[in-house]
Amino acid sequence: MPSRSVIIILSTFCLALLLTVLPLPEWARAYRPQWVSLVLIYWCIALPHRVGVGAGFSIGIVLDALTSTLFGQHALGMSLTAFLAGQLHARIRVFPLWQQALVILIFLLAEHLLTLWVVMATSQTSPNPHYWSIPIIGAILWPWVFMTLRNVRRKFNVA
Amino acid sequence: MKAIKPIFTQAPSQFAQLILALLVSLALIVVDYRYQHLQQARATLAFIVYPLHFLADLPVRTSLQFQQWSASRTQLMDENQQLHRVNLKLKAELQKYVALQAENIRLRNLLDSSLKVGDRVLIAELSAVDLDPYRQQIIINKGSASGAFTGQPVLDAAAVMGQVIETTQFSSTVLLITDATHSIPIQILRNGLRTIAVGSGRVNELQLPYLPTDSDILVGDLLVTSGLGGKFPPGYPVARVTHINRAPNNAFAEITAQPAAHLDRSREVLLVWTMHAHTNGLTEETE
Repeated sequence: MPSRSVIIILSTFCLALLLTVLPLPEWARAYRPQWVSLVLIYWCIALPHRVGVGAGFSIGIVLDALTSTLFGQHALGMSLTAFLAGQLHARIRVFPLWQQALVILIFLLAEHLLTLWVVMATSQTSPNPHYWSIPIIGAILWPWVFMTLRNVRRKFNVA
Repeated sequence: MKAIKPIFTQAPSQFAQLILALLVSLALIVVDYRYQHLQQARATLAFIVYPLHFLADLPVRTSLQFQQWSASRTQLMDENQQLHRVNLKLKAELQKYVALQAENIRLRNLLDSSLKVGDRVLIAELSAVDLDPYRQQIIINKGSASGAFTGQPVLDAAAVMGQVIETTQFSSTVLLITDATHSIPIQILRNGLRTIAVGSGRVNELQLPYLPTDSDILVGDLLVTSGLGGKFPPGYPVARVTHINRAPNNAFAEITAQPAAHLDRSREVLLVWTMHAHTNGLTEETE
């Protein structure tokens, strides 16, 4: 029987996955933020002993199945993000929110570029010219994601 | 958590995990890209994530249903009348078609060639789910429970849309003809010239990279499936040529075409089963 914490963490991931496939108008599709990565980074910072590289890899595989991409395409970047966030969690925790957002921007950018690299290597598709705006949108959203998930963590006493 | 953590108990294990995860990811990418071994795993996982697809589609579906409920009587009557007219027109065309089909079957019998009896179709509905923006894929609400299978052609009311690449019990993923990894054998309806149309990765563009500069193709030509390759039944419209660039220093013309199907708008699609009558016997005889 999974503990309550695991259920809470999994449901936040489910919500992020849902946001990833929720239909958006055509113009907004290219700007969809990396919801799952944001949630992953939060849990890696907040509970590094629970959520780490393994979780990042697994959720990446689920995301691959969800969006019908090559297996490993998202898992590659997410493992790296989870690792970086886990390594730097003690530092990031004490940063003010805006400074956190800058670090998160770098994580998101690294992950996005890795994913794009796989896309470019496996198909002739040219990347969306606004690809760099996706991590920026993610970083701008970070304070809200952080505060929401922190409230969830405190309310349900996830540890 | 403990106040003081030993530095080296956790770090190396996380690092080892990272290396492992990266290697496994790369291996998965290569295997998934080059071979077919992961189909089963994909089908299993697709079944697990099906509730998420279902939930994501829910708002659009309920709003459509609500629209239908709240449609006024006059609206419905108008629509009914319009459908009536269209139906009448289609019936008139069908009469002609039945005669032509009979004639076609008779002629084919004379030629002793394998003959297409007809296609069985099933209407499926699109799930309003956004997949990876770099691939042209859609999800439909009919799966292996309805008989859908991998490689099955998918049409809309106007033309060929793509083919099923993955099925679960209740849903299938369809690769559209405009995906960069998709190619479809076609021929020009006007003169029967055969070639291959390759997806461009953009939703409204196909490319015909294998036609020589001096080939007989014009802007506005309708491209239909040729039936070669055995995946798509022959004779269905695919696209219309929009642009031809015959550079004299190139061996091949740069030709782009626009898909005739409403790839980004259709809500209802048709799954097609092709039925051949005694194909095997005939092909064996002719060989």
